[in-house]
Amino acid sequence: MDKKRRIILKATMAGGTLAVAAGANLLTPGRVMAAWPAKAFAAKKMDAAMNVITGKDRPVSSNQIQVVAPDIAENGAVVSVKATTTLPNVESISIYVPVNAYPLSASYILSKQMKPSVSGRIKMAKTADIVAVVKSNGKLYTAKKGVKVTLGGCGG
Amino acid sequence: MERKMKIRAWDNGKNTSIKAIIFHPMETGLRKDKKTGKKIPGHYITEVNCEHNGKNLLTCLWGPGVSKNPFLAFDFDGAKKGDDVKISWVDNQGGKGGSTVKIS
Repeated sequence: MDKKRRIILKATMAGGTLAVAAGANLLTPGRVMAAWPAKAFAAKKMDAAMNVITGKDRPVSSNQIQVVAPDIAENGAVVSVKATTTLPNVESISIYVPVNAYPLSASYILSKQMKPSVSGRIKMAKTADIVAVVKSNGKLYTAKKGVKVTLGGCGG
Repeated sequence: MERKMKIRAWDNGKNTSIKAIIFHPMETGLRKDKKTGKKIPGHYITEVNCEHNGKNLLTCLWGPGVSKNPFLAFDFDGAKKGDDVKISWVDNQGGKGGSTVKIS
């Protein structure tokens, strides 16, 4: 995990806005009906999943995103999570759990009518961070929240 | 098989709130049947589309990491009481469903 995080960090610092265009069109509403990103959901590493959704671009940490989830989740099969942001022109919000068998949990594509906030429930294999990635004005931002899981929810 | 779902849509004074639950097993494909030891095939919703008066509001791309009987809540602008909100979904085994409610 630590190692992975460092790679992400490095890529963020080096890349910044690089390759925004590459992945930008992947999540355009209207095209999605035919384009459920199977590869992203089947990816077993967070990095690989992000490659499919966002290209090589890596998100920058932002304090304008809040990930609301319980500090302790007794049942990892049902963890409430709400991702909300004050960033402008939000195009998509994606939720990742890096330790899950498939790190990408859900990706939400928002129209202009939407308030930039979505709630849902996800599974968590074990204690970990929930990572939200928000695309705002074509750029990626991220925030996370640690959740302690007492009973894992992905079966085995 | 028809799957049940519940949607609530209401005017909260500032904008419109939606809460929905779709009753679906959301099987990951990783679990094993305790009796036979065989893997239970994955069965999960892949896409949920939410529309307001026929206009796309929100598209949810889901994977097996979403909980059983998925819950969805969000707010949006530009609607009034009596407008239609439609939520429809498809799963990875070709199953689908949906429901329409009026904003109250």
